[in-house]
Amino acid sequence: MTTELTFPVNEQQLQSFSKDRQEPQWFTDQRLAALDKAGKLELPKPDKTKITKWNFSSYSYDANAEASSSYAELSDAVRTLVGGESKIENLLTQKNGRTNYTAVQEELTNQGVIFTDMQTALQEHGDLVQKYFMQDAVSVDEHSLTAAHAALLNGGVFIYVPQNVEVKAPLQAIFAHEGSFGLYNHVLIVAEANSSLTYIENYLSEGSSNEAVANVIAEVYVADGAKVNYGAVDNFADSVTTYVNRRGQVNGTDAELYWALGLMNDGNTVSENTTYLHGRGSRGDTKSVTIGRGTQTSNFTTNMIHFGKDTDGQILKHGVMKEQATSIFNGISKIEHGATKANGEQTERVLMLSEKARGDANPILLIEEDDVTAGHAASVGKIDPLQMFYLMSRGLSRKEAERLIIHGFLEPVVGALAIDSVKEQMYDVIERKVY
Amino acid sequence: MTKPSLSVKDLHVSIEDKEILKGFGIDVKGGEIHAIMGPNGTGKSTLASALMGHPNYEVTSGEATFNGEDLFEMEVDERARAGLFLAMQYPSEVSGVTNADFIRSAMNADRDEDDQVSLMQFIRKIDDKMSTLEIDQSFQHRYLNEGFSGGEKKRNEILQLLMLEPKIAILDEIDSGLDIDALKVVAKGINEMRSDDFGCMIITHYQRLLNYIEPDFVHVMMQGKIVKSGGPELAKKLEEKGYEWIKEELGIEDERVGQE
Repeated sequence: MTTELTFPVNEQQLQSFSKDRQEPQWFTDQRLAALDKAGKLELPKPDKTKITKWNFSSYSYDANAEASSSYAELSDAVRTLVGGESKIENLLTQKNGRTNYTAVQEELTNQGVIFTDMQTALQEHGDLVQKYFMQDAVSVDEHSLTAAHAALLNGGVFIYVPQNVEVKAPLQAIFAHEGSFGLYNHVLIVAEANSSLTYIENYLSEGSSNEAVANVIAEVYVADGAKVNYGAVDNFADSVTTYVNRRGQVNGTDAELYWALGLMNDGNTVSENTTYLHGRGSRGDTKSVTIGRGTQTSNFTTNMIHFGKDTDGQILKHGVMKEQATSIFNGISKIEHGATKANGEQTERVLMLSEKARGDANPILLIEEDDVTAGHAASVGKIDPLQMFYLMSRGLSRKEAERLIIHGFLEPVVGALAIDSVKEQMYDVIERKVY
Repeated sequence: MTKPSLSVKDLHVSIEDKEILKGFGIDVKGGEIHAIMGPNGTGKSTLASALMGHPNYEVTSGEATFNGEDLFEMEVDERARAGLFLAMQYPSEVSGVTNADFIRSAMNADRDEDDQVSLMQFIRKIDDKMSTLEIDQSFQHRYLNEGFSGGEKKRNEILQLLMLEPKIAILDEIDSGLDIDALKVVAKGINEMRSDDFGCMIITHYQRLLNYIEPDFVHVMMQGKIVKSGGPELAKKLEEKGYEWIKEELGIEDERVGQE
């Protein structure tokens, strides 16, 4: 059965939207072609999760958020994530796709670092964006949601770090969503040879939340000897259906890409995270944690795909499931023919806090080469009663003991988030979701 | 202040319907150190676990009071907050939770909101206790028991004991797997605790720990209960002669319990 998506935008409206944003012609053309495809292609088919009845078409496409540019006008939630005006180094915030705050260290600008919203990037660095945008990491025509994304993009950031530039202070992006807005957010990061950067993003819902859709794609390109740390906390409200796809092309020799993903949406979510290890000796490491609650259904798929020799890929996925939440955790380590001496390891652990919750961990190793090492571990279960006994034997109440164990279980990602205020907010999100 | 006390009478405990303790009794008061000795498989660790409230052990009959309160009516955490401590033979590992965070949470567990141990107080105390136990500074920032060697786990149990200052402590084979230097360090920590406000039950196979912590009472366990009690000289005699003479004296053929 084909489920055809309908969109609240037609060709003409999209053309005028693109014109308003002063986009280059190639991008407008791509939007229109993609809109046509989006109506014809099928939805993605995440393994073991049926999404055909999910809401991908009920939302509005009018961004009515006013653009402001003062810190004082940012919402409390956003300011909490920033941790105070004095802490701002490199920050870009958007609400419903509109940029409402930007700050970039002057020395970075002088070094040629670009940290700007997609709209500005398309106007000012169109050629650079064109070189990467939905080329290798993600293709427009993979399925209806990637096509819809290319057609309807209305938010996001572009980051470019030139050769040999080390960005020391993290680049922080905050994407707020409100009402019934359909958010099509794109993050494009290009790290040139021997550069390094840490990027941290937060997605959140503000104010009243209506039925809405978030369609998020991130692409990261890592060249020779470059190193990218990518941290994220997704925290959309339960009425928001999310498709989020973060992919990395680790093309360079000895290039490194580290993901730390806090997947904390309250609504139905399909989250894909794929790392392609092309460069010889390149390294990919992905850590993701999630808490499922209410009646939400989620699919979290992580792929680590080895093409290069001597590549190292690590996957860690931890999930806490409560109430009647259902989640599928797919971890796929794939080692292609020719990727000799590659090492792929993965761990998936799911902690069940309720009898009615469901969590499936599916560790998969696909190995096409002989001369490799690989391993996996997976478990689904309740909190270990012996751990509880141990902690309680020191005087911690049952609740406090549970809390410590759960925070410890989610620590691999919390600990990897490089901005203290984001770490604290993630801690608060965990508290709120678990208790 | 009255001395703390743990009083156990005619205790019967089963694990998976197999009876392991068969009428165990003891009285431990503040200021006293009791050594519970005995060969493997005689119920010593079952005793320790059952008193603390281990979920796998079922108390089928008998009673235990802690400072006059019915111990078996209390949850595990209530026992701990009342001042009972068990240094475990096989403590759990908890990933993602640092030793320091855990110990501080435990210290604050029986304190009111407005009387929590401050970070400075905590650091001063843990630094002091870690130096007593000759533990490396990095210890407190490691995840709770994760990847610890056997000896490190034992020291960590004693560190927690010194930090939490319980009224009555049960040490379950805290000496196993320790070399002689580590043994001395652990003994130093426990001797530091000695006072009228602290009672201790040391469970051990071997007499060697008792060279460094002199017990007031020595009890021998066989077949799930105490079969012989005495003073420190009893431990010395066991060291020299082993357990066979007790078995002969009491006409016991197999000292073990719960064996298939």
